[in-house]
Amino acid sequence: MPIDSRIGEHKQKSIRKKLYDLNWFIVFIIICVACIGFSMLYSVAGGNIDPWAKSQFIRFFIGLTAMVIIAIIDVRVWMFLAYPFYIFALSMLVVVDVIGVMGNGSQRWLDLGFINLQPSELMKIALVMALARYFHCLSDDDTLKLKNLIKPIILIILPVVLVYRQPDLGTTILIAIGGITLLFAAGVRLWIFVASAVALIPATIGFWQFLKPYQKQRILTFLDPEKDPLGAGYHIIQSKIALGSGGIYGKGFIQGTQSQLNFLPEKHTDFIFTVIAEELGLIGGLVLLLLYLILLGYAMLISISVKSQFGRLLVLGMATTFFLYMFINIAMVMGLLPVVGVPLPLVSYGGSAMLTLLVGFGFIFSASIHKETYISRGGSFA
Amino acid sequence: MQPSDKNKLKIYTRRATLLSGGMMLLSAALIGRMYYLQVTNRSQYELLAEQNRISMRLLTPKRGEIIDRYGRPLATSITDYRVNVIPEETESLQKTLKALSQYIHISARENDRIVKAAKRQRSFLPISVANNLDWKTFSKINVNMPELAGIQPDMGTTRYYPQKELAAHLVGYVGSVNKEELNGDPLLESPEFKIGKNGIEKVFDEKLRGKAGNSKVEVNVLGRVIRELSRHDSIPGDTSRLTIDIDLQKFVANRVRDESAGIVVMNVHTGEILSIASTPSFDPNDFNNGISQKKWDSLRGDIRKPLLNKAVSGQYSPGSTFKMIVALAALEAGIIGADEEKNCSSEFKIGNRVAHCWNKNGHGNINVVQALAQSCDVFFYDLALEVGIDKIHSMAAKFGIGNRFNIGIMSEARGINPNNDWKIRSQGSRWQGGDTINVGIGQGFVSTTALQLAVMCSRLVNGGKAVKPKIFLEKDAVINTPEDIGILPENLRIVLQGMDDVYNNPRGTAFPFRSRAKDYKIGGKTGTTQVTGISIAERKAGVIKNDKKEWIERDHAIFVGFGPLVAPKYAISVLVEHGGGGSTTASPIARDILEYILDQKSNDKIKVDQEYLV
Repeated sequence: MPIDSRIGEHKQKSIRKKLYDLNWFIVFIIICVACIGFSMLYSVAGGNIDPWAKSQFIRFFIGLTAMVIIAIIDVRVWMFLAYPFYIFALSMLVVVDVIGVMGNGSQRWLDLGFINLQPSELMKIALVMALARYFHCLSDDDTLKLKNLIKPIILIILPVVLVYRQPDLGTTILIAIGGITLLFAAGVRLWIFVASAVALIPATIGFWQFLKPYQKQRILTFLDPEKDPLGAGYHIIQSKIALGSGGIYGKGFIQGTQSQLNFLPEKHTDFIFTVIAEELGLIGGLVLLLLYLILLGYAMLISISVKSQFGRLLVLGMATTFFLYMFINIAMVMGLLPVVGVPLPLVSYGGSAMLTLLVGFGFIFSASIHKETYISRGGSFA
Repeated sequence: MQPSDKNKLKIYTRRATLLSGGMMLLSAALIGRMYYLQVTNRSQYELLAEQNRISMRLLTPKRGEIIDRYGRPLATSITDYRVNVIPEETESLQKTLKALSQYIHISARENDRIVKAAKRQRSFLPISVANNLDWKTFSKINVNMPELAGIQPDMGTTRYYPQKELAAHLVGYVGSVNKEELNGDPLLESPEFKIGKNGIEKVFDEKLRGKAGNSKVEVNVLGRVIRELSRHDSIPGDTSRLTIDIDLQKFVANRVRDESAGIVVMNVHTGEILSIASTPSFDPNDFNNGISQKKWDSLRGDIRKPLLNKAVSGQYSPGSTFKMIVALAALEAGIIGADEEKNCSSEFKIGNRVAHCWNKNGHGNINVVQALAQSCDVFFYDLALEVGIDKIHSMAAKFGIGNRFNIGIMSEARGINPNNDWKIRSQGSRWQGGDTINVGIGQGFVSTTALQLAVMCSRLVNGGKAVKPKIFLEKDAVINTPEDIGILPENLRIVLQGMDDVYNNPRGTAFPFRSRAKDYKIGGKTGTTQVTGISIAERKAGVIKNDKKEWIERDHAIFVGFGPLVAPKYAISVLVEHGGGGSTTASPIARDILEYILDQKSNDKIKVDQEYLV
């Protein structure tokens, strides 16, 4: 194949040009969302930048830098690194699993001295990259072949099992749904999804048997929170009270009684959306949701305009992960889903998820900047 | 061209659009849910949030005082000095308690209790260490606060009755709230709250109680108070000013000494009760924090019934003090004139029964004034029969016999003013002549209270005005002249002459016990009522003298009196249970009390009284 000549058609962009092509409006929206996060962390600390807002700001700044660097790196580099990265993330998952088995119970992170690395966060990115690469390399016809589904399903199942063993139900669901969505977008035949869904019903019953008691409790509590108002249902009830009492305009910044008086649990992490809705009301919640939807809409539009299947799936995978974070978290605090411990993207306090999401946007931007870039089916650099 | 990507792109675009649509739908669901919670159900959640956040603290009102007519307290609230410890603020609880034990004794058991409480409750809540500290200890602890980390000096109030047993029956006492007394008022549910259980404390409890205030505080999830949101101070209870004069009350109690008696002293024009005493008494302070079983048992077991208010709740035959009523009924009916005489041979026959006069020798021919002065029984047997029970009944009613005045004292007894209807209702048989004879000398079915006798005496001496007894002093009340009960003044004068002679005629039953005061005289009427019937056999063997009998079998001694004789101001009724004779036991007590009050009034205190009444 005369690859070389084709590369000639798309000249390597200069860094200056790449930075120019970066959609700064979307970067601005990201910063806006993060700023809402800082403000709320400031608020839940009773009007104090410590202990959360300040360190969150620093992390965001590091993550934003990482995002821009990832954005200007050629998307083919990312495709090249997809499998090695997946293998790295998988081995890290195995390492935490082994440590968990040998040592002191469950553990989700590795202390590398300078950072607490959460392999499950790495895996969210790595799985998207690996699947995107895999489907990029299949021809139209091959995509439809059933036997070609075996490898991607293994790619999905391995991390799902490992993360579930940690145990981290939220991330497990996130990874599984993210992977399946990617299969769907890649063009796997619809009847396979239908058949799987039918098969899932008995599987769900089987799955229930494997759930840990506290996980079962969470799901039962979700189904009927009033049953145990002072026990497991307490979080959901208090969260709904906070949300509902916020009304349309909210109680005012740092004025949320539920959050300021500690009736609300985990107010700086998983339940921060509740604080927004309590203090800034329905308006505040809708503004944040609107910002999220702008980011999502942008990502979906980009994904269609990207020329390579790898780029498209990379963008879609990252966008889906982002959406799932947002949806599961908000639905959870509003009592639509069980409490599974998924943070609100770019807002909840915590470094790992923030970094994952910013890195994800880095990939989206990278695919956008390099959307005209031709990538051979082999994926190799020319 | 990308390698064979045409189809891929087509499928991808279609599916990405589908996914976008799915995401939009799910997002729309989130918005719908937000709307449902924050708009549709907002008020419900707002309420729940407020319930979470706001805690109402009740501010208990200061209980109103009960004071005498000169403003001296009969019941008051005193500060109770306490010490609490807040475990959270101590460096170590043990260390603080040890430091505190320099000032107050903390027993090992107490120490144990505090440590246990500290483990059980939240560390910012105070634990009571000691109550009822004296001021000296309390101030010592206050001065040494810097070395007593976590110690919180605190002041509460306790009801205190400075006059102790002096007016216990009248004032009553307070106690903890019973389950049956809860009526939804949160004040009653607050710990340590006391309500009136007896006497004025109970009858006027709501007025004395005051109105609770409240402090709305914001609390966090642990119940710690963050700040006060609003405060409505409590309104202290009203002061109850009584017509009682503590000095007189004291004098009465001292004069009665060990007797079991009920005494009422009242102003004959205003009805103000200056003293109302029942002896023996009890100390209401014992009831404040729940009386000990031992004390309670001894009060309950005492045959002199210290818990009974003998002035208003005890019902006794009026005895000869009832003779004024019978005399008036006869005079008003025109059955007898002032000078009309009857013969007393010591015996009076009715059917085959013989009724006796107290005087074995008989009184010979006597008129109504002499019959009153010498308390001739036969005269009144005869008179009563002539008048008939209906006229006696209606005359007695005019003077307050058988009437409950509801003056505001607990369990005021009604007494019995009997007639034919009453007898049929209560005994199921018709009224007999013998019944009338008994009533004629204040025995038999008629029964009264000391309060009623004081009212009766007042109405006799104030010109026949239907004065009502009063226990509450109303400063601004218009003093209405009570209505006339419609007795001819000359008939009243005849009866008063009889009461004058009781003390002041050498033949009067209380002559030896008359007042020897220079500037006034006093009048009255003796009464003695038998507790046990005297059988014919006993009478033949000679009536046993009272001082030879068991206390419980002795006669009740009764006396009603008034003073001064000219323009009477004060009436008194004295009822000494098992006191023996009305003349020997009750009349000197009445005299001394009347002298005390008449002498007092002419001296220093009259000024205060006048000032107050202006």
